[in-house]
Amino acid sequence: MTPPTSDVALGFLLNGSSVSVTCAPEDRLLDLLRGPLRLPGTKEGCGEGECGACTVLLNGLPVNSCLVPSYQADGATVETIEALADERHAALLEGGATQCGACTPGVAMTAEWIRRHPALGKRFPLSELMAGNLCRCTGYDGILKSLEAALTDDEGTA
Amino acid sequence: MPLAPLLRREGLAKLSGREQYVDDLDIPGALHGITVRSTSARGTIRNIRFDPEIDWSSFVIVDHRDVPGLNTVKLIETDQPALAATEVRHIHEPVVLLAHPSRRALRKAVRAITIEVDPLPSVLDFTVRPTPEQIQHGSDNIYKQITITKGDARSILADAPIIVEGVYRTGAQEHVYLEPQGMIAEEVDGVIIIRGSMQCPYYVHTAVCHALGREADQVRIIQTPTGGAFGGKEEFPSGVAIHAALLALKAGRPVRLVYDRTEDLAATTKRHPSWTRHRTAVASDGQLLAQEITFLLDGGAYMTLSPVVLSRGMIHAAGPYHCEHISIDGRAVLSNTVPFGAFRGFGAPQSLFAVERHMDRIALRLGLDPVTVRQRNLLADGQTTATGQVVADGVDRQGLLNRALSLSDYAAKRETHRQFNIDTPDRRRGIGLTTFFHGAGFTGSGEVYLDSKVAVAGLPDGTIEVRTASTEMGQGTTTIFTQLASDRLGLPPEAVAIAQPDTAVVPNSGPTVASRTAMIVGRLVQEACDDLRRQLSLDATDRGNDVAEAIRAWHRTHPNGLLLGQGHYRPPPGIEWDEGTYRGEAYGAYGWAAYVAEVEVDLRTYGTTVLDFVAVQDVGTVLNTTLARGQVQGGVAQGIGWTLMEECQWEDGAMTNNQLTNYIIPTSSDIPPIRVAFQETPYPHGAEGAKGLGELPMDGPAPAIANAIAAATGAEAAVLPLTPERLMADLDR
Ligand code: FES
Ligand code: FES
Repeated sequence: MTPPTSDVALGFLLNGSSVSVTCAPEDRLLDLLRGPLRLPGTKEGCGEGECGACTVLLNGLPVNSCLVPSYQADGATVETIEALADERHAALLEGGATQCGACTPGVAMTAEWIRRHPALGKRFPLSELMAGNLCRCTGYDGILKSLEAALTDDEGTA
Repeated sequence: MPLAPLLRREGLAKLSGREQYVDDLDIPGALHGITVRSTSARGTIRNIRFDPEIDWSSFVIVDHRDVPGLNTVKLIETDQPALAATEVRHIHEPVVLLAHPSRRALRKAVRAITIEVDPLPSVLDFTVRPTPEQIQHGSDNIYKQITITKGDARSILADAPIIVEGVYRTGAQEHVYLEPQGMIAEEVDGVIIIRGSMQCPYYVHTAVCHALGREADQVRIIQTPTGGAFGGKEEFPSGVAIHAALLALKAGRPVRLVYDRTEDLAATTKRHPSWTRHRTAVASDGQLLAQEITFLLDGGAYMTLSPVVLSRGMIHAAGPYHCEHISIDGRAVLSNTVPFGAFRGFGAPQSLFAVERHMDRIALRLGLDPVTVRQRNLLADGQTTATGQVVADGVDRQGLLNRALSLSDYAAKRETHRQFNIDTPDRRRGIGLTTFFHGAGFTGSGEVYLDSKVAVAGLPDGTIEVRTASTEMGQGTTTIFTQLASDRLGLPPEAVAIAQPDTAVVPNSGPTVASRTAMIVGRLVQEACDDLRRQLSLDATDRGNDVAEAIRAWHRTHPNGLLLGQGHYRPPPGIEWDEGTYRGEAYGAYGWAAYVAEVEVDLRTYGTTVLDFVAVQDVGTVLNTTLARGQVQGGVAQGIGWTLMEECQWEDGAMTNNQLTNYIIPTSSDIPPIRVAFQETPYPHGAEGAKGLGELPMDGPAPAIANAIAAATGAEAAVLPLTPERLMADLDR
């Protein structure tokens, strides 16, 4: 895809509904979500692909939305934290996966992706799978243990 | 009876993304703000050049002449200008502020402003005595000098047969709270309202009134949910708030001033770099006979909180040991670096790293096990600390150590490592230990001066609202206060609301720092509940529905009345502190701990992996196990980062690696299982027996890991961070 040079009109499927927006060519998907689309649940922690606070699912895969030029979302499926039902968070809430919460939506989205692909969690250590989401508060144990618990629960109900 | 468990109250809001942080607030008509900063380490401002290519008429432009009150960020001193006027003292010092509807236009505009400075000699190494041309504070650039004297260390050292010496250094550390600094300011009906990310709403309030020349009731500060702080949002937000307010006043519109990560890393405070020298006289059985300690902190370009950081560092510098003869001399000094400030642990991680690494050096020199040296010297009840405080809290400190040793399998691991290190050519394993303490609450008479107040309001529907200035920044204030109030009055947690800290609503319960919130403010919440009950003429057996009904009945007879239970700090009996001599009860209570780290060092890459970590502590009664464990694990992870990888690189006093790409903090794959255990000796003056917890876990990882690396490799391990580069140089020496 060649980067556009003037404002672009895009359409994509956002949390199950189709949206169309116009944005500047340099706008990142993160800007689009937090700005005109009014979904501030996705956070900006670094703006350079290091922290994962801005994680969303793009065509089902976790991406750092601060690194995705908006025009790449055209025609795609985008899921943000706002798409997840509250029940989905029970294990993370119980296991102490969140403290200050700034990393949390990103953590929850990566966790969601792993839960949708439980085979991943069997092939790779969860600590590796979650290594793209920086958390400064929890020391990660609360995140990893609750994700483990969620995966066990999912297995039981699958 | 233990408190009923409670899940983090705002946890679901955070998980679901519904929690609204400052940058998530939709403020119609708000402009964006940005800060234009010095590019010189020190000098006189000659001129500020605005590139004529830009149409400046579309920008709101603020400089020092727009400050209506006193142009300083009021803290301990008033040495730091809100906006530099004639002189700059560090790169990234704020000089000009801009506001504009477009963030993009602002970023371009910042690059089009040149602050021209005639340079003056700068200080870039805090350990070197300054020349006369470098003096910028007092006559010697010393912000604060403190001496602690117990017995007569000098004469013991003069005749001692065995003296162990060592010099220890630690580097700066960035807080890297995941949510950067941010404030939104606007003026409504003559009142300046500032919302933002902060630990201490009343600090911000004082500083804004001072700089804007406003009366207390013309300024209102509201804390927004705060995405991590760790001390980095203790004093720094005051300046951000002043800046946002100045822009909003000049613009006549709300202004949002939110830092991006690179600006946050470059321009905000960090942990003080330190230099410590120990000279210790010891007996051949390991007993400490005399400790002589010199402790230097790099304060950076302005004083901020350096004197109190120095003070806490020094009070902890001799370790949790009994020694009759101690002399500690400390200084916090100026350098032309971004000011250093509050960071979890507040000077204690630095001085405890030094003494705890030194204890292992002593053991090595005497041919003793590090465990033996600690067992021999750990404070027992009835003995005194460096400031002469008698320890008498009934905590089993030897038991803590033993528990850590057995949980970590210390003795057996030492054996297996010995064999592993013989059998494995290019890897080395080791296990390291530390015993330490952390004073909870403000030092000395600090809590008395804070004069903290708390209110619990009974609302017409029979529920209550807890009103304090204590902020939730992830550490769990909201949940703990709910548990305490709910338990005290027998109300369900849903009937307890925790007011968002707003200086127009909540009394000043002091800053949310120094591990004081659960222990001290929590206690006041309980007292305010009791006071509420008294006002309703209820006795202690009336709980739950009786309370709710009495509150409703009160409101029926007092329409529009304000029903407030109050709590007001009174010091526990027997606290005596002499600020002049640094003698007495430095803290009302101490947390005690023993941590053990197991490491593997790869001799090809000099990389260190922490294989296992055991953290055993006594922080009084644990009020919420999940939260407490999370605090310990988070603190240990932050400590691992400081010890092994987090390094600020400097050029001319400015951080050059101000990106998360090259300032590396631990990820989930860098952190071992952190095994946490609590020994619970209730502290009678803390809420439900609790002592402070938040900072303690920051103190232990560095010495435990450095001692493990030394055990594994024979390295000096005296300088942090122990990056591969530094460890290679250390081992090749
Ligand atoms: S904000 Fe996108 S990775 Fe940090
Ligand atoms: S909960 Fe604060 S950064 Fe993860």
